[in-house]
Formats: sequence, C-alpha cells, structure tokens
Amino acid sequence: MGKTKTLAGALLAIATLTATGCSGGGAPSTEMAEAPADPGKATGSITVLTQRTDLVQSGAMDAYAAEFNKIYPKVKVKFEGLTDYEGEVKIRMNTEDYGDVLMIPASVSKNDYPKFFAPLGTSIKMADKYRFSDKSAVNNKVYGIAQFGTANGFVYNKALWKKAGITAWPTTPDEFLAGLEAIKTKTGATPYYTNFKDGWPLVQWTTNIGSVTCDENATNKLAGPVSPWKQGSELQVIDTLLHDIVKGELSEKDPSTTNWEASKTKLAKGEIGSMMVGSWSITQMQDAAKKAGKNPDDIGYMPLPVLKGDGHCATLVSDYQQAVNAHSKHKEAARAWIDWFTEKSGYSAKEGTVPTLKSAPMPATLKDFVDNDVTYVERSETDTGKVNDIDNAAEIGLNKPDYRQKLIDIARGAQKGSLDDYFTDLNKRWDEAAKTAGS
Amino acid sequence: MTKTTEVASVKTHRAVTSRRRTKASGTSHPQGRRTWGQLLRRATPWLFLAAPLVLLITFTYVPVGNMIYYSFTDWDGISPDRNFTGADNYVQIFTRPELFRVFFVSFYYLAASVAQIAIALYFATVLSFDLRFRNLFKGLLFFPYLINGVAIGFVFLYFFQDGGTLDSVLSWVGVDTDHAWLGDPESANTSLAGVSVWRFTGLNFVLFLGAIQSIPGELYEAAQLDGATRWQQFRHIIAPSIRPVLSLSIILAISGSLAVFEIPYIMTGGATGTSTFVIQTVKLAFQFNKTGLASAAAVVLLLIILLITWIQRRLVPDEKVDLV
Repeated sequence: MGKTKTLAGALLAIATLTATGCSGGGAPSTEMAEAPADPGKATGSITVLTQRTDLVQSGAMDAYAAEFNKIYPKVKVKFEGLTDYEGEVKIRMNTEDYGDVLMIPASVSKNDYPKFFAPLGTSIKMADKYRFSDKSAVNNKVYGIAQFGTANGFVYNKALWKKAGITAWPTTPDEFLAGLEAIKTKTGATPYYTNFKDGWPLVQWTTNIGSVTCDENATNKLAGPVSPWKQGSELQVIDTLLHDIVKGELSEKDPSTTNWEASKTKLAKGEIGSMMVGSWSITQMQDAAKKAGKNPDDIGYMPLPVLKGDGHCATLVSDYQQAVNAHSKHKEAARAWIDWFTEKSGYSAKEGTVPTLKSAPMPATLKDFVDNDVTYVERSETDTGKVNDIDNAAEIGLNKPDYRQKLIDIARGAQKGSLDDYFTDLNKRWDEAAKTAGS
Repeated sequence: MTKTTEVASVKTHRAVTSRRRTKASGTSHPQGRRTWGQLLRRATPWLFLAAPLVLLITFTYVPVGNMIYYSFTDWDGISPDRNFTGADNYVQIFTRPELFRVFFVSFYYLAASVAQIAIALYFATVLSFDLRFRNLFKGLLFFPYLINGVAIGFVFLYFFQDGGTLDSVLSWVGVDTDHAWLGDPESANTSLAGVSVWRFTGLNFVLFLGAIQSIPGELYEAAQLDGATRWQQFRHIIAPSIRPVLSLSIILAISGSLAVFEIPYIMTGGATGTSTFVIQTVKLAFQFNKTGLASAAAVVLLLIILLITWIQRRLVPDEKVDLV
C-alpha cells in the first residue's frame, strides 16, 4: 500500500517535470548588435565558439585575439574549440549559454534565427558590403556574417593529368570521364577518390548546384515540387557524373574504407588524380605536398566540366556564418570581434578562401580560375530555409552523405537498382515532401 | 538541466515527508518522544533510499519521460517551439515499411549471437576443468570486452580495409581474395556481426564460467565414480545448472541484436545496407531534425524489447534448479 503511494508520488513528480521540462530560456531581445563607435570604450569578456580546434590548440586564434586587442584593448576574447561542433552547439542552444560569438550550426532552421541570434543589420546595407549575407537574412534583417566563402570544383594533381596527356580543362562530363580513363590506363593512379567512408566530401557535390546552368537562383528554385533530379537539372547532371565515375571503375577500389587525411597526401603524391572538395582544401593539399616533398604548385583546381556559353561557371558559397548570441551581455564587443575577424584579421586570405568582404581581392589559390575567366556564381540563399524543410521532410539530405553513398553503392553494384529508378524515387520523395512541408 | 535536478530532489523529499506524516497520524501514541523515535526508525530506510532514488529518477525516469513526451510532438531538437501532434509519429512508424526494413539487419547479429553463445559455452566448459594456463586463456577471452567499442570500430576498420590486416594474414597462407569486406551489404553485415561476436564472447564466457564454477565439486566426483564421460557431465550436471544464466544471455542477445549501434556506426556509418534501427533513429533525430519521430522510434524499440523479454519469460519460466 505504502509502496504504491510513493510510486504514484514519484510518477506524478516525473509527469510534472516532463510537462515543464526544459523549454528553453526566456524571450531574447531583438536589439541590434552594432559595433561600438569608439573602439576604446568597448568592454567585456566574450567567448567565441569555433570548430577550428586545431587553430585554438596551436595558439593561432590567441594570436588573432592579441591583434584584435591592439584596437579594442578592453575586450577580452576567449576561444572554445569544439571537435563535434554541430552536435555540441545544437544541444547547448537549448540553454542560454552558447558563447557570445558562434558559428550558426547548419541544423538550426532559418526561421528560428531571430530566436537565437541578435540581428546584425538590415539586408540591403549588409548586401552592399558583404557576400553571402542573404544566407542568414530573415525578414530583411541579417543574423550572420560569413567567415569566408569557397569556390567549388575539383582539386586535382596537375602533374599527373599532364602525364596522362591532358592539359586543358575538360568541357563536358564525357571529356572528364575520358580524362580519368586516360589517367587510369597511362599512369595507374586512382583517377578519382570518393572519400565514401568519411561521407562529408560527398556533400561537396551539392555545393556545385548552380555551376551547371550558371544560375544564381539554382538552389532557390528547389523550393517546391520541382523534381530536382529531372533530365537536364543541376542535380541530375552532377549526380550522373559521380555515378558514371564509379560505374566506370574510375574511383578507388574499396570505397568503404577510405580515409580523408591519407587522401590528401595521396593526391599530393600523384596517387590520386582528383577529388571533389571546396577551394578551402587547396592550402591543405599544398601543405600535404610540401610535407611529402612534392611541388605544391602541382595542386590545381578546376570547375565542374560543363560549359555555359563558352566558359565555365563555379559557385561561390558561404562557409560557417558568425553570429552574436541573442542572450549575450556584451553584444557590442561581440560584434566588434566579428567585424574585425572578417575584415581585418587576414584569416580568409591565410586560408586561401574567397573573402566575405566584397572589396577584398580573390585569393592566389584561385589564380587559374581568374586566368581562365571562370564566371563566379554567387549563389543566392534566400529560400534555403524552405529547401531545407523539404529536404528534411523527405529524409533525402542534400547536405548529408547518405543519399550519395547509396548512389555510389548502386553504381558499383553493391545495392540493387538503377540510376534512373533512383532518381525517380528521389524526385517522388522530394515532390511529396514539398507538398506538406512549410504548410 | 541543473534546474531539473533540483526540482526532482525537492519533489521526492516532499513525497517522503508526506508519507511520514500520514504514518504518524495513523498511529496514536500518548508519549510524543516515543512517536518521534518510532517515526525516525520507520523513515530511516527511506532516507537511505532517497539518494539512489533521486539519482534514478533524475537520470533515468525524467529523461525517459521527456522522450515519451517528445514522441508526441513535432520538435526538431533545437527550436524553442514544439507542437503537439498526437500519435502522428507512431502512425508514421507503423505505416512506413522502410523504417521497419532495417530490422532485417538484426538477423545477422542474431545469428552471430547464437554462434557467440555456443563459443562462450564451449570455452567456459573447457576452462572450468583443470587445465594448464587456464587463467591466461580466461584473460585472453575476456579481454576484448574491456576495450571501448569505438576503439574496436577503428581497429577493425584497418583490419578489413583493402590490403589491411585480414588481407595480409590471408595472403600469408596463400589466399588472395581481393574482396572488399565491407563492400557489399551481405559481406559488410557478416563482417560487422563477426566483430560483435569477437567483442561480446568474453561477457557471455564470464557469465557461464561463474555459473559453472558455482556447481559443487562433489557432483563431478560422484559422476566420475559412476563412470560418466565429460559429455555426460555437461549434459546432466552443467547444462541444467546454468539454465538461468543461459536464458539471461538469450535475452541480452536478442535485445542486443535489435539495438546494435556502436560498431556499425563507427565502421560504416550505416552505409551499404548496414544501417540498424538505432542508427536510423540517430539519423532521424540529428540529420533530419525529426526529434519527435526519433523519440517515437526509441519508444517503439523499448516496447519491442519489453515484449520479447515478456514472451521469453513466459516460454521459459524461471524455475528453481535442483541438482540433488
């Protein structure tokens, strides 16, 4: 009798707790986070959450902070490097304690930005100065400033391609496949490396949406029941190319045990012909080449092998965007850090990436793109929120490796099915989800 | 979360006090001091229980309660807002066959656990007799269970990779397979199930060994005097006495094969048809931001395991073993 009573009491306690649960913090303020007019007056201690644990450990971030303190002497900047950035920050965002400055996690829905971050300025004003500002614009207010952007295409080993007799960039997918074939027969190297096991390099294919048709609004156009894999569409061209590479046995023999870190050295040494990764990887590949005693100039970068008119196109997309926590007590100082880090730190140039600031020059790593008159497509991200909603509802995951892993499995015959059937299925799932999502 | 902890402890304390009070009013003693002493004596076990109860409730029942609550919402895992959607998530789970198809992968692990129990039983029996290097072998068999699952995943990733340990060992004995072990669903699932056998045999082995060693030695002596062979000893002495442990092992094996996670998640990430129900749940929650649906999936898995355990207990009731 007594037992049941206590049990009932405990259950009641649980029930009340569950109902009240952790339902997030209070309402955040909507006050604009503006940089202080007088740098000497900005005070406070701010915490910056970053995914670059390597830079935090090597002291490079502290060196940036020291530079920053020369202009803003009263602001103390602390860094918190998180290895599993997405996973940890996502959970911390259920509380109010998620740093003062943070990178906006990809999993946060765009419509929720005003609940978590302080607005940084109006859309028009920000778009004048910065690239990629529409990626985090909600109701004409911008909530994030990109750290930097990347151009997209294939990183490849120039010397190896030359050895196979190819000096000009391929202009059609077929020409590209023929090039890979030549590498395989003439040099014996692995022409293309999928990085199937690590998964995220497969997502890099998605960032090329827009390169095929040279259309800034390519992703925005996915926001609806548009069958994204229909004949001639961006995704159909991109995914067919990947499928054909694997089907033609032009990729590594055993994709299930690939290794990203090792692949960098292999590419630098000319054991791998090409990989699809953003232009941020060029400096890393050059480092790998130096360590392996090879020439860093052999690392080349080429756009998707599709011509529009008589030139190539390459998309420019934003990396992580920096935002100010809506619950931060030192919004001014936080904003000052973001502005300084984006504009004056030299971080973007050092990483060899596309600067967020429109007035800054393109990096040296993309010299080939400039010389060959590649058209940059700065992709508009205004409807990304809706596209992501459809994507999640359909459980396809354009920015997740799973659906391309299945594509590769189909291509190498490890799973049943044909490419056409797979595209039909994806189209069906997308269109169905588009009808329900966002309504 | 800290907030929740505090509230939990307060609530339980309150529950305890109120119980104490009702008891006190129920018994009428003329002398106040004696009542107080009696009261304290009655409350003592509860005071001792309070600490583990608070921990249990905070870290087990409240999260489970939360999960059940989430399973009735469309929460995406981050947003401060969530809508109540009734049983919609459960309807989805039971009307979308692809969500259940992953259970087929569990059969690989189930088959593997049969082998695992057989191997463990064999070694436990052999090593329960007096043998040279007995303790060394015991250690060798139990050792894999002590290694962290993530480390095992990485070790075996190198083991199975193209030109890796397995391939080179095979080439020493003159077999050149050139087979991608994790390359197609059948081979990948078999390889992964093999890893899980390697890992968990030690646990079953120790359980069996403990049960076997608790059998009084006289029984063997008597059996030997009667001229029983080793097999007869196993059949009539060992087998009946380890039945409870065997049935426990079977429950663990079944629930384990339904809830496989670490090894396939680290080694293949669920690619190439190696996705299990738990991997799928994790992906729903953290890739597609469907925390509500994933919670419902977790609740369903819990119910399935409870159901299987119940059926198993029904079929093989726990009876007292009487050897003499």
